Amino acid sequence: MKVRSSVFASFILTFEVLGVALFLRGFFPVPVKSSFSSKSRLSDLPAEPLAGGSPNSTRLPQPLFRRAVVMLVDALREDFVFGGSGRLFMPYTRRLVERGSAHSFVAKARAPTVTMPRIKALTTGSIPGFIDVVMNLNSPALVEDNLIWQAKTAGKKIIFYGDDTWVRLFPKHFMEYDGTTSFFVSDYTEVDNNVTRHLDSTLKRDDWDILILHYLGLDHIGHISGPHSSLIQPKLLEMDDILKKIHSSLVSKEAEGSLPYLLVLCGDHGMSETGSHGGSSEQEVNTPLVLISPAFKRKAGMEKPGVVEQVDLTPTLALGLGLPISQNSVGRVIPGVLEESSLRDQLRFLHLNGHQLSCLLKDGVPNYEKDAGFEQFRVAEKAHGNWMKLYLEGNTSEVLTNMGKKVLKQYLEALAAMSSALSKQLGKYDMYSMVAGMVFVFQLLLVLLLAMPEALSGAAAVDLPVFSSLISLPFYLLCLLLASVHVLVCTSAGSSCYFCSLSWGLVFAAVAFSSAMFCILISLLARRLPLAPKIHGKSPLKNLGSGWSFSELDVLLLAGTVGHTLSLAASSFVEEEHQTWYFLLNTLCLAVFQDVCRKYFREQKGSGDEEEHILPSKDGHLSAHRKPGICSEKWLALATPPFTLVCCRLLRSLNQTGVQWAHLPDVGHWLNSSEHKMVLSLLSAFCLVLIYLLVQRRCSLVSKVALALGLLGVYSYRAAVGNVLFPWQHSSRTASKGTVEARFVYVFVLGILFSGTKDLLRSQILTADAKLKSRGLWEIYSGLVLLVALLFRAHNLPVLCCCLLIQTLMAQFIWKKLHYDAAQTTIMHYWFGQAFFYFQGNSNNIATVDISVGFVGLESYVEVPAIFLTALSTYAGPLLWACHLVCYLSAERQRSPVAVSHGCYCLALLRSVPAAAYIVLVTVLRYHLFIWSVFSPKLLYESMHLLLTAGVCLFFITMEQSRSSSKSEGAKDSRQ
Amino acid sequence: MWDHEIRAMASAHAVIAASVFVATVAPAVFVPGFSVYGAHLLWICSVSGAVTAVSVAVFWLLGVSPPTKKHTLGYKLSRLFRSCLYVLLSCLFFHAVVVLYGAPLIESALETFSLAVLLTCLTTLRCLCVLGPNVQAWIRVFSRHGAMSVWDTCLQITVACTLVGAWVGAFPIPLDWDRPWQVWPVSCSLGAMIGYLTGLVAAPAWIHYHRKQLTYKCK
Ligand SMILES: [Zn+2]
Ligand SMILES: [Zn+2]
Repeated sequence: MKVRSSVFASFILTFEVLGVALFLRGFFPVPVKSSFSSKSRLSDLPAEPLAGGSPNSTRLPQPLFRRAVVMLVDALREDFVFGGSGRLFMPYTRRLVERGSAHSFVAKARAPTVTMPRIKALTTGSIPGFIDVVMNLNSPALVEDNLIWQAKTAGKKIIFYGDDTWVRLFPKHFMEYDGTTSFFVSDYTEVDNNVTRHLDSTLKRDDWDILILHYLGLDHIGHISGPHSSLIQPKLLEMDDILKKIHSSLVSKEAEGSLPYLLVLCGDHGMSETGSHGGSSEQEVNTPLVLISPAFKRKAGMEKPGVVEQVDLTPTLALGLGLPISQNSVGRVIPGVLEESSLRDQLRFLHLNGHQLSCLLKDGVPNYEKDAGFEQFRVAEKAHGNWMKLYLEGNTSEVLTNMGKKVLKQYLEALAAMSSALSKQLGKYDMYSMVAGMVFVFQLLLVLLLAMPEALSGAAAVDLPVFSSLISLPFYLLCLLLASVHVLVCTSAGSSCYFCSLSWGLVFAAVAFSSAMFCILISLLARRLPLAPKIHGKSPLKNLGSGWSFSELDVLLLAGTVGHTLSLAASSFVEEEHQTWYFLLNTLCLAVFQDVCRKYFREQKGSGDEEEHILPSKDGHLSAHRKPGICSEKWLALATPPFTLVCCRLLRSLNQTGVQWAHLPDVGHWLNSSEHKMVLSLLSAFCLVLIYLLVQRRCSLVSKVALALGLLGVYSYRAAVGNVLFPWQHSSRTASKGTVEARFVYVFVLGILFSGTKDLLRSQILTADAKLKSRGLWEIYSGLVLLVALLFRAHNLPVLCCCLLIQTLMAQFIWKKLHYDAAQTTIMHYWFGQAFFYFQGNSNNIATVDISVGFVGLESYVEVPAIFLTALSTYAGPLLWACHLVCYLSAERQRSPVAVSHGCYCLALLRSVPAAAYIVLVTVLRYHLFIWSVFSPKLLYESMHLLLTAGVCLFFITMEQSRSSSKSEGAKDSRQ
Repeated sequence: MWDHEIRAMASAHAVIAASVFVATVAPAVFVPGFSVYGAHLLWICSVSGAVTAVSVAVFWLLGVSPPTKKHTLGYKLSRLFRSCLYVLLSCLFFHAVVVLYGAPLIESALETFSLAVLLTCLTTLRCLCVLGPNVQAWIRVFSRHGAMSVWDTCLQITVACTLVGAWVGAFPIPLDWDRPWQVWPVSCSLGAMIGYLTGLVAAPAWIHYHRKQLTYKCK
């Protein structure tokens, strides 16, 4: 079957997207969540087990504590308290830990060790998965069942001072609050004073039950100067003083007869040796947890603190305060806290915790009955019932106590087993789906690679042996083999994998597809290998080797693509991927510069890639006999690469991105500060004018007007939002949402797109007019530009402007004049697209996705347009360059009629090579320290980019379709 | 065919490589606590100085540079002046390119400039020694099939190796290993140096093994 290479490439890319989707489904474990979105209630609590007789009471035991103070010090590392220097840093706390009535633990936080997920973990007791973090980017309030909600529902009065993340997560939950924004990382005194200033008055009062303090200063110091800076000690001493103040106030208020207090000192995450956090190194994960209460036994010296999970605090606090444990909590109660209460109460607490965990297990884990912890819990519950029966009969013998102790032990073991089973569920990869997805992607990639000589040939068509392989015997054998492997895997490994849970029809289709691909692959391979076709005397492979001579530029393009793919294996290179692209782009521009010099100083040939600037003006006599137009063109062509280099250097300092150098000041921040509003306004106005000038030249008159009005609308939208100044707007109007202005722009975007589509259709159906068609394409492109201009933040408009400028100049003077072929042009476009992705401030971290774009022109959050707009503005750079590629290649059709086809094929290849390589890398590195913080976000970016490229390739096909139709029409015309 | 010239080239390169080695080791005797990345600027200075002095001396002794037509003092002075100008311009050019590659513009400008000086000493200076301050000749040598003597080919190889070495030397900078040699511009100058030494070794070897294929058209 002969297929055009553009159709072939889009087909491969589409199926690759499906393969990657399957891989993603296997890679990201779905968090274990209770299937009910309700919350635990007191009335739902299980009764105390009792063998035989009717259950006697469903009430909770008496709470252990009357009031609790949680002092959360952001980024408090374990060794700041328990380590050797702890005595210097926090003397009072250390004394309490060593001699006071306190329990101390090392609480292990889970990655990502970032404040918001950690707060969620501490309050819900669940471990927020990576997908959670992504999904909840735009819903600030926590809807899951959590401790704060439970406390509020139970009528407890909660006071909160500190990081305003809490206030956003729990709106209307606090009786009194004062949120401090952690925006200014350089400030580490005011943030804490803001918290402490309320403390004296609050501690004097008696009208609260829970007091939560979240101190940010230590974290900020860590970010500024690391964990060994001289600022750490005074800050920790200050924290120690505050703890002392709280403790002494609580002690003085302690009344005879009433329940005791509980003071908790904890950290949300640690601090790495460089002072940052987010990963899963020991220093970032280990946080101290100190529980202080007169209810505990006094200690007789420093013991090595035990190790607990951070989420264990949640059930402990809940039970200690007499609240139901929140539904999705995977923590288990810390037994040391209960040890002073009666045996009956202890058993009851453990029973409640076990019941909650077993419910979660039932909901989240298939065949939970087989789980060891679940069985243990059932046994312990029964033993508990027996014990209760004896207890209620009034038995008080030693035997009963021993029996109770045994039940207690059984419970603790069951809790540990269930908790670890639940946590493991979160960290388990569905290997079968991952491997299946990987196999799909690799088959497709290999087919794509093997088809290269045909796809890039003059005919631009690939001869796929589909039918011959469909009727061949190996195909049926492979089908059978794969199907049996599938059955074998799915029956043996349990049904926890996604690919097994798919319906039989789908699985069979996948199996048949995969076997067909395999057969095609084999026959293509046989065709490429020299042994099969000896008809022409020499093999096509040899032909390939001798026919293609590589220039320096080709070597660079090839080495860059391969090198970039390999660099993705290192976490630093993933974090700093923008550096790779900037570096490659810079080298590319220098290489192009060298090519230009070669072309224009052909007589003497260009020198290397240096020394050009001192080229003698003696060359003037060479071009003297040419027309002056050619001379000026020569100098413009010579000036284009340096100009591009300068543009890229400027854009690079516009948005500082990545991790290592992200803290450096950049122009974007400078422009966005309020005192430079005037500069920003002038700059964006200038950029908008320039965008208009660059885009309008190939549009129809109507589109020109629409574009001008649209760009005016963009400016007024920015003015309405309050980013830029309007010249005649004297009174500082309150910043509105600018909905009207944005919708005004949307109308023009749609108008331009409509007019472009109309031109395209007309050129395709009515007249085979190439000019009309290229105008239509350009109008679609300019509609996209207008939309991006609206979505980009004001300080990013220069990125768009430079993008258009470079495209225009390069197309005019470089690509056309130097006769680069479609493949080279495509690779250059792809590299520019990648670099512009980072120029606009993106990184491989989810946090840089600008979600506010989803609200442009919308009154409230509407999912579909918001996702569309966010994706569009995030990938604006690569999309604009890909669209420009379509325009450029289809305008180049006269020169090379198959350019569009070649371009589409190259784009597909360029995108699928890193994507396929990356999923293998991620699978190999799945136990890497940074798998969640670095590699997983990048995986999401890669898949999203693959999806978008598949869309662009489909667009390529429609362009090509019209080519063949217009060509056939042209042929008809000539025949007549 | 050019056995004599290849031998002369190999010995000249050995002398230059030895001078680089001495320039790296010698400061440790005079300056306490000297190390290549500890006192990086000093290292660059000493190596650049040594390479400059030794190359000029060696090439002058070998008499590689094209014979000058005039022998007047004024002409020689103007040549000298132009050479200095080219060196200065080349430093500025390298500085600009490195800044375009992303080096900070203002802070650590001294480090960037020292790298530019090193690159100039390793590449431009050699061009000046072999070809003289003659841009036409430079353009000829650095275009495809432009070499007209063994020395031209040698120049092409060493310059390419040095530049590629400096280019490759930038790769480890983003890695978060926090090693002293990752500090700007240590890795790049080390890369350039290693590339240069490789070029010094590779050029005579390559010419030796390809002496049958090499044909130079005469002027
Ligand atoms: Zn934090
Ligand atoms: Zn932080």
